[in-house]
Amino acid sequence: MTSPQIILAADVTTNRQHTNVAEVEQRLGSLELILGISAVRKTVLIIVLAIIWQVYASYLDNPLLFPTLSDTLTTLYDRFVDGTLPSRIWTTLQVLITGYVAGTVLAAILTILAINTRIGTDFLETMTAMFNPLPAISLLPLALIWFGLGASSLVFVLIHSVLWAVALNTHAGFLGVSRTLRMVGGNYGLTGLSYVMRILVPAAFPSILTGLKIGWAFAWRTLIAAELVFGVSSGQGGLGWFIFENRNLLDIPAVFAGLLTVIIIGLIVENLVFQTIERHTIQKWGMKE
Amino acid sequence: MLQALQQKIDPTAGLPDVKAASEARPLLTVDKVTLRYKTPNLLITATEDVSFSVERSDRFVLLGPSGCGKSTLLKAVGGYMTPVSGSIHINGRPVKKPGADRMMVFQEFDQLLPWKTVLENVMFPLIVARKLPRGEAEARAKEYIDKVKLTRAIDSYPHTLSGGMKQRVAIARGMAMQPEILLMDEPFAALDALTRRQMQDELLQLWEDTRFTVIFVTHSIAEAIKISNRILLLSPHPGRVKAEVIDVDLARQDDGSAAALERDIHNLLFSESGHRE
Repeated sequence: MTSPQIILAADVTTNRQHTNVAEVEQRLGSLELILGISAVRKTVLIIVLAIIWQVYASYLDNPLLFPTLSDTLTTLYDRFVDGTLPSRIWTTLQVLITGYVAGTVLAAILTILAINTRIGTDFLETMTAMFNPLPAISLLPLALIWFGLGASSLVFVLIHSVLWAVALNTHAGFLGVSRTLRMVGGNYGLTGLSYVMRILVPAAFPSILTGLKIGWAFAWRTLIAAELVFGVSSGQGGLGWFIFENRNLLDIPAVFAGLLTVIIIGLIVENLVFQTIERHTIQKWGMKE
Repeated sequence: MLQALQQKIDPTAGLPDVKAASEARPLLTVDKVTLRYKTPNLLITATEDVSFSVERSDRFVLLGPSGCGKSTLLKAVGGYMTPVSGSIHINGRPVKKPGADRMMVFQEFDQLLPWKTVLENVMFPLIVARKLPRGEAEARAKEYIDKVKLTRAIDSYPHTLSGGMKQRVAIARGMAMQPEILLMDEPFAALDALTRRQMQDELLQLWEDTRFTVIFVTHSIAEAIKISNRILLLSPHPGRVKAEVIDVDLARQDDGSAAALERDIHNLLFSESGHRE
């Protein structure tokens, strides 16, 4: 019986230099790189849809029902230049941001209470169970009675639309933080608020971000709908009112321009704001592929 | 077989030199500790009447089959559990809650904070728990990252590291804190066999450097013999002390004494005769 032997590979024994290291990492072709960017692919998709719109509307030739893309864009441009749309957007955004920030802050307070106390957990779970399925817009009639015609009614409804979505996701995110990470936080002697801020919030950030996105979408829809319903306060309406007003005037290209503005703002927030946050946080941290 | 062990258990069999230099009081004393935890419908006794003490610079291994409460015991030392009876003292102070004087290294790879780079992960506890100024924390973190040979990955995020590298960061993080005692809960159990052997060697190397005190939980007899100078053997359901093996570092691979000790411990752990004290 012979003993085991180790036979070295040929290039180890000859001490050959590895000259082909460059081939281990090769750069992708430029077309492949460009198509790898999802923004590029989505832009192409939007351009295709825009062409279909233009072609179909020209074929239909009925500006009262379905204006062409070029008509819509012209109106959009005109209304931008004459200052109507910017002021409407500003009115809407002011209310929106107020409501969104207030809702998020309230959600933060509720979830911090919920994670630290049992009564807080019970309160949050009961409230979200009750109010999350209730469409925020259905509270508008009540809000109008309580707060009158004005921004405060809208803010109330917005808070309601943001609060439960953000709180629900944040709380679920906190509960989903692994036991190991929570023990690590305890090991560092972190307790109370510093524990929440330094361990739970970043560890639950994917869920928190999802909550913020859903809250944003809810708030945006709710606000446009609310403006359509109750329209104008103190002579200065928002985007919803702009759409409603122009429908009454049968200025359909302006209605489309208003809708397009709503879509564009939504896209900007989703693609620029939230995706930038995502890229610099959870994507960099490997919490999302 | 048992005689061989009894002999090793004999406390007069020559103490390591480091011990003589340190104070008479042991660093950690665990005195008649009984631990229970609740599952939704059961109250489980994890350990019963467990006593042991750990001296400075010990490499103390808790060894036993699953269900012997070794991890639970380590968590109690870490301050995550309060004993139903008995007491745990570190440096004469009772252990009441988790703290940075007992740094934990866990088995799970997700113990690193994924939103921090390797350097930030090691620096973070130095800043929040040790209250070191940033510059000092950074210097010390870099020193320990260098000790675990991860300097080239210092700015990487944990998700880009392999399992072995993550465990090295966790060890560097624990050691950089220069805790009274390092608590390692099966830190190499989730690694592949090759990496695991390498990590064991590196841990011993680190110990040679700094002579830190460590309690190490494992269910691998070979790992226990390789790493430790003292082993506490626990029996399962509930965890009770079965034996203590001292001067484990005298066992050597080349003359077969390590293999013999491994066999003895194996027989002791799995003998049905029930050698209970």
